[in-house]
Amino acid sequence: MEQLIQQVASGLANGAIYACLALALVMIFVSTDHINFAQGELAMFSAFLVWQMLEWGASFWIALPAVALCSFLIGVGIERIILRPLHNAPILSVVVVFIGLLAIFHSLAGAIWGYTIKEFPSPFPNISFVGSGYIGPHQIGMIAVTLLLLVFLFAFFRFTPLGLAMRAAAQNPVSARLAGVRVDWMLALGWGLAAAIGAVAGTLVAPAVYLEPNMMASILLYGFAGALVGGISSPGGAVAGGFIVGVLENLVAYLGNLLEKTSGIYIIGNGEKLTVALIIVITVLTLKPSGLFGHVTVKRV
Amino acid sequence: MATTTTANGIPAAKRLRAIGPPVWLWGVIVLLALLPVVGGKTGLISNYGFLQLSLMIVYAIAVLGLILLTGFNGQISLGHGAFFAVGAYTAAVLIDQASWPYWATLPVAAAVCFVVGYLFGLPALRLEGHYLALATFALAVAVPQFLKYRHFEWFTNGVQGINIFKPDPPFGLPLSADQWMYLVVLAVAIFMFWLARNLLDSRTGRAMMAIRDHAMAASTMGVNVAHYKTVVFGISALYTGVAGALHAIIFEFVSPDSFRFELSIAILVGAVVGGIASLPGAVVGGVFVQVIEKYADALTKQITSAVHLPIDLEPWTIYGIALIALMYTMPMGIAGGLALLWRRLRGS
Repeated sequence: MEQLIQQVASGLANGAIYACLALALVMIFVSTDHINFAQGELAMFSAFLVWQMLEWGASFWIALPAVALCSFLIGVGIERIILRPLHNAPILSVVVVFIGLLAIFHSLAGAIWGYTIKEFPSPFPNISFVGSGYIGPHQIGMIAVTLLLLVFLFAFFRFTPLGLAMRAAAQNPVSARLAGVRVDWMLALGWGLAAAIGAVAGTLVAPAVYLEPNMMASILLYGFAGALVGGISSPGGAVAGGFIVGVLENLVAYLGNLLEKTSGIYIIGNGEKLTVALIIVITVLTLKPSGLFGHVTVKRV
Repeated sequence: MATTTTANGIPAAKRLRAIGPPVWLWGVIVLLALLPVVGGKTGLISNYGFLQLSLMIVYAIAVLGLILLTGFNGQISLGHGAFFAVGAYTAAVLIDQASWPYWATLPVAAAVCFVVGYLFGLPALRLEGHYLALATFALAVAVPQFLKYRHFEWFTNGVQGINIFKPDPPFGLPLSADQWMYLVVLAVAIFMFWLARNLLDSRTGRAMMAIRDHAMAASTMGVNVAHYKTVVFGISALYTGVAGALHAIIFEFVSPDSFRFELSIAILVGAVVGGIASLPGAVVGGVFVQVIEKYADALTKQITSAVHLPIDLEPWTIYGIALIALMYTMPMGIAGGLALLWRRLRGS
């Protein structure tokens, strides 16, 4: 039983990362209808930037906001410069450009910082507290930051004029433009926000998995799974989906181990984590493409 | 635009094309087939050179598979490396475990990949555009892990992979193993391209393109969209799977980590660079994939030293930049771009 609680707790912690990344994916999907395959690599790149600033002697709580801002600008730049000319291009072109971005950021990080794994210090103080047997301080921190981010985004979209304009631009670009919203810039803003959220996700995940250019591949897949489970058009849903997927991932591995121990039959274990993600993605996409909390889009003929 | 059309409305040029390949194509095929005799005997092309040529042709077949699916049927796949892997493993396991002759594994790999592709095509039916790209992306990322699955280990040999041996030429032909496999690969490729061309010229081909252009309109016209989409997924996987089987045979080795996400990307890049909806484009794409894999390292080193960059650039950076630049300048790929240029030069 104790082990089960521990598994759920660390599942929640992993889920926090997936939730962050899913949140970033949703930001871009809501504003541009694109699925950003380069999101993981962007987050990884940002994490490297933070690491570099730490190496230069900056304190963590200066480095993170600075890099988040920097990522925001990179995101805006990508949207304005690279994706803007492709607004009316077929989906394949957009997907290919995303793959190109993925390749560029991946190899740039490798070229600048190398492929040796790097230790990344946790920003959270190492204190003991009630239940610290189940969950570490960094994991609690990840969950807290994710929830904080969600609250911040919710408030931003719900209570600020800019958030309202962004929602309007995403839902009905034509009417929004007629009402004076600069739709183009709203899309770029969505990209910037996504990149900034990704930066936070990357920085949070780096202490947990070590820093290296390949660290995001499997995490991105789980981010996708989380976004899809929760509904890729709903930020709150994406966060919930991220947590669900995180717990699910750990429980599946746990039950697989348990089964192997008790009956000796091996079905699934830690080695099949990506396969589990693949199954989640395909199941959700085929059975309920709108996810648990997303809204169904109706196609107009 | 004055195109002559025949009585039943098919452009004359198109009808002519359907009768047989043009003379120059026969010439090229004969030249390629004579290469081992000419180039090999005179020592112009080494065995290693033939291996490179074979790999180019193999990638051309793989790219052709993706082109049939994406270019002619409108279904995006980022996961064709998976079918490549299935084909490669089918061939390798049959040779290794059951000591089959290499040529007999090709039809089996084709059949297995068709079934796998067809099955994957069923859930893919409900997905469009970005969602399909996402599902296939997940497939591509998960493949190496899947190949390491513990219950498959008794025949996949786990992380270590499978070593097989290149077959010797039969009937005591005076060819090296590499030269012989080059001829085999070439023959298979010509057969596959011929099949693809006929497929596209057929009723099925027209249905495929109708679905790509407007699925709803096609279904109104009586095209069974679900049926064609899944079958095309199967056929596409079949092509890429045969390429995988050939790759395993000429490369003499398969392992889970040779089928990572990068392979799927390479196939996609080949299709996009060559021209997503053109058969000659598949050849261009196949050559491109192999050339990049071989020479990108040297090229990037040269660029790095030429412009005095403080960091060592990596091939993938060039890959990515080329990919994005191509999407702007030649969205129809190099083959499409050249065709467009040719049409402009002729002034029609």
